[in-house]
Amino acid sequence: MSVEDKLKERFGSETLEFSQFRHNRRAIVPVEKFLDVMSFLKTELGFNYLADIAGIDYLNYPNAKHRYGVVYALANVSTAERFFVKVLLDDPEPLLPSVYELWKGADWMEREVYDMFGVVFDGHPDLRRILMPEGFASFPLRKDYPLRGRGERHNFAPIIRAEA
Amino acid sequence: MPLEATSTFPLEETADKEFLYTLNFGPQHPATHTTLRLVLTLEGETIVKAVPDIGYLHSGFEKLGEDLDYNQYVTIVDRMNYISPILNEIAWHHAVETLMGIELTPRCKYIRTIIGELARISDHLLCVGAAALDLGGITAFLYAFNMREKVYNIFERMAGQRFHPSFTRVGGLMFDVDDEWVNMIRDFIRNDFPKAHADISKLLNKNRIFLDRTKGVGVLTQEEAINRSASGPVARASGVPRDIRKDEPYLAYKDFDFQVVCAKAGDCCARYFVRMEEMRESVKIISQAVENIPTGPVNVALDDKLTIPDKTATYRSIEGLIQHFELFMWNRRWHPPVEECYAATEGANGELGFYIVSDGEGRAYRARTRPPSFIHFSMFPHLIEGHTISDVPAVLGSLNIIAAELDR
Amino acid sequence: MAVKFPDFIVSKLDWLANQARAYSLWPMPFATACCGIELMATASSRYDIARFGSEAMRFSPRQCDVMIVAGRVVMKMVPVMQRIWQQMPEPKWCISMGACASSGGVFDTYAVVQGIDRFIPVDVYVPGCPPRPEQLIRAVLDLQEKVRATGTINAREFEGRKEFEGPAPLARQLAPDQTMIVPGDFTTATRLRPENN
Repeated sequence: MSVEDKLKERFGSETLEFSQFRHNRRAIVPVEKFLDVMSFLKTELGFNYLADIAGIDYLNYPNAKHRYGVVYALANVSTAERFFVKVLLDDPEPLLPSVYELWKGADWMEREVYDMFGVVFDGHPDLRRILMPEGFASFPLRKDYPLRGRGERHNFAPIIRAEA
Repeated sequence: MPLEATSTFPLEETADKEFLYTLNFGPQHPATHTTLRLVLTLEGETIVKAVPDIGYLHSGFEKLGEDLDYNQYVTIVDRMNYISPILNEIAWHHAVETLMGIELTPRCKYIRTIIGELARISDHLLCVGAAALDLGGITAFLYAFNMREKVYNIFERMAGQRFHPSFTRVGGLMFDVDDEWVNMIRDFIRNDFPKAHADISKLLNKNRIFLDRTKGVGVLTQEEAINRSASGPVARASGVPRDIRKDEPYLAYKDFDFQVVCAKAGDCCARYFVRMEEMRESVKIISQAVENIPTGPVNVALDDKLTIPDKTATYRSIEGLIQHFELFMWNRRWHPPVEECYAATEGANGELGFYIVSDGEGRAYRARTRPPSFIHFSMFPHLIEGHTISDVPAVLGSLNIIAAELDR
Repeated sequence: MAVKFPDFIVSKLDWLANQARAYSLWPMPFATACCGIELMATASSRYDIARFGSEAMRFSPRQCDVMIVAGRVVMKMVPVMQRIWQQMPEPKWCISMGACASSGGVFDTYAVVQGIDRFIPVDVYVPGCPPRPEQLIRAVLDLQEKVRATGTINAREFEGRKEFEGPAPLARQLAPDQTMIVPGDFTTATRLRPENN
């Protein structure tokens, strides 16, 4: 019985949306069911390895209905099987439960998604900026943030040779 | 949205914690190799709490990946894990080719495998050498760097750049290789490298100081390694037999006979031995591959409209000229499916994957990297707490944190 | 200097100091990225920068003469770089190694500083991404030449340089609504938390 069938059996066939592209088998999960699905995948189906969390901003994406996507790449260490779980979020408050309790590896990955996209992970023990300076006001990987920034990188006083 | 810190730092000052003091380590410190920073809370010499602070080299790689096309971005991924650039290129183009559904030519697969393993050797050499350097053994570092220069020579012969070759292209390679290159590799794996490997082993394997400072330091158990998403040599040193080259064979890896090197201890010493043995396995792969490089083209067929035609085809045939034009005009280039996919390869540090979202244009809509160094560094506080401050360089050296990959 | 020597003695002392300094330029390896590995390659056996008297890499800025900025410098790192530069004793020089340090290189993004010469004075630029070790050695030789030609014993050649020498600040070329002042105090960026916490 495949992972998809087991998920369908447990959560009903309407709630989850399955697809496959190349080798990637994935499910789109609604936010309310997200934590249940993840813990089911970990405890019952043996996906004990969280390979990656990727944030995506679908602002200019063709036919996108939601603003943000967060993709969890799961793997089963003993069978080397992979499964991808995707959650779609929308703007005023992109909020998602944290999976830190299930996989401790999610710690910094979630912080990075928060830093780059502003997606808040509810229940994360230490959610603050990780790559950008703490006082930084924007979320740089959002599509409405320009590649060259808004002038923050020039915002330092130069040192004159005679003074140093 | 206001940015509030949720962790208390430093530890709350209660009566029994008055004697703790805080030490700032980095961002410019020789043992950090590049730029990362640790704020250590110490009790005497013992580390009670370690708070890593990263981002001192965050240069917006992923934002650039949305701006440059699938071939141009290879120059940027080169600079990600800069001690084995080729493996990043292979990982990036593996993901792109998975997205586009390209099957490479056998010759290209073999050449990519060979250069990937050479890069793995040079990465492990630097890691082992620098770990020894931080623990006081400069000779191993000099031996290792001498070998890296030989690998540089091989890369320079093939791509013209010794450090960042930018050698792979969508569906193929920049150039084909020649016989002299094959001879250089034969010379390297038969004469130069085994000798240097033996020298480094002799210096370190039974070195009392090196063993005392690495054994039992920074222990990562098997459950922790899986739960904290460790991969590559770090996971294998903890007894997780996970290697993408075996689990999801890409390139030509399923043609070769090699072992996945594992250890049980999970400490710095085990990581060192796993790296040393992996170099030997890489040599085994290269020696099998280099004698069996298939003939034929290195790029997929021109009719697929995916690869850059060579100079002759561009100048002498109308199809080649059109193809060249199509790939280099800003509004044309590739037309991948409007889809998203993740594809991973085994980098020198661990699972190096890319999650590419495509909107059907010539450049990625989102090019997410799965950086092994980032994930390994996130478990650093767990590994170091309870050890002394002199163990910090040992643990950092054994995890092989590359700042550019850490921060991107 | 309080004591005023006659000019001919001063010029002889200058000559002597320059000879001594030029052949023992101790680098402060401010290595951030790829160029740092080439800097290590320059120091190791094949290229051996010790032949030119610059092998004594000191990681404490107090002991160094020349800061080699190898690799890109990003927003979070600029205050650190400036502080290390200020901690070095006079006379001091700076080599900007590689395209990223000199101009931002391929990284024209929100975080990367477009050339360190916008924030600290630079003496020698080394092109290349990363430069070959030979190029770095050439830069050290050029710097030795510069020290011999312009150096003085009490570093008075720097006194007149009171103007900003780098390129025009980029932020002013942008329209006012494009620029934004970052909230937060960047001078304390090397601390994890403000002191009042």
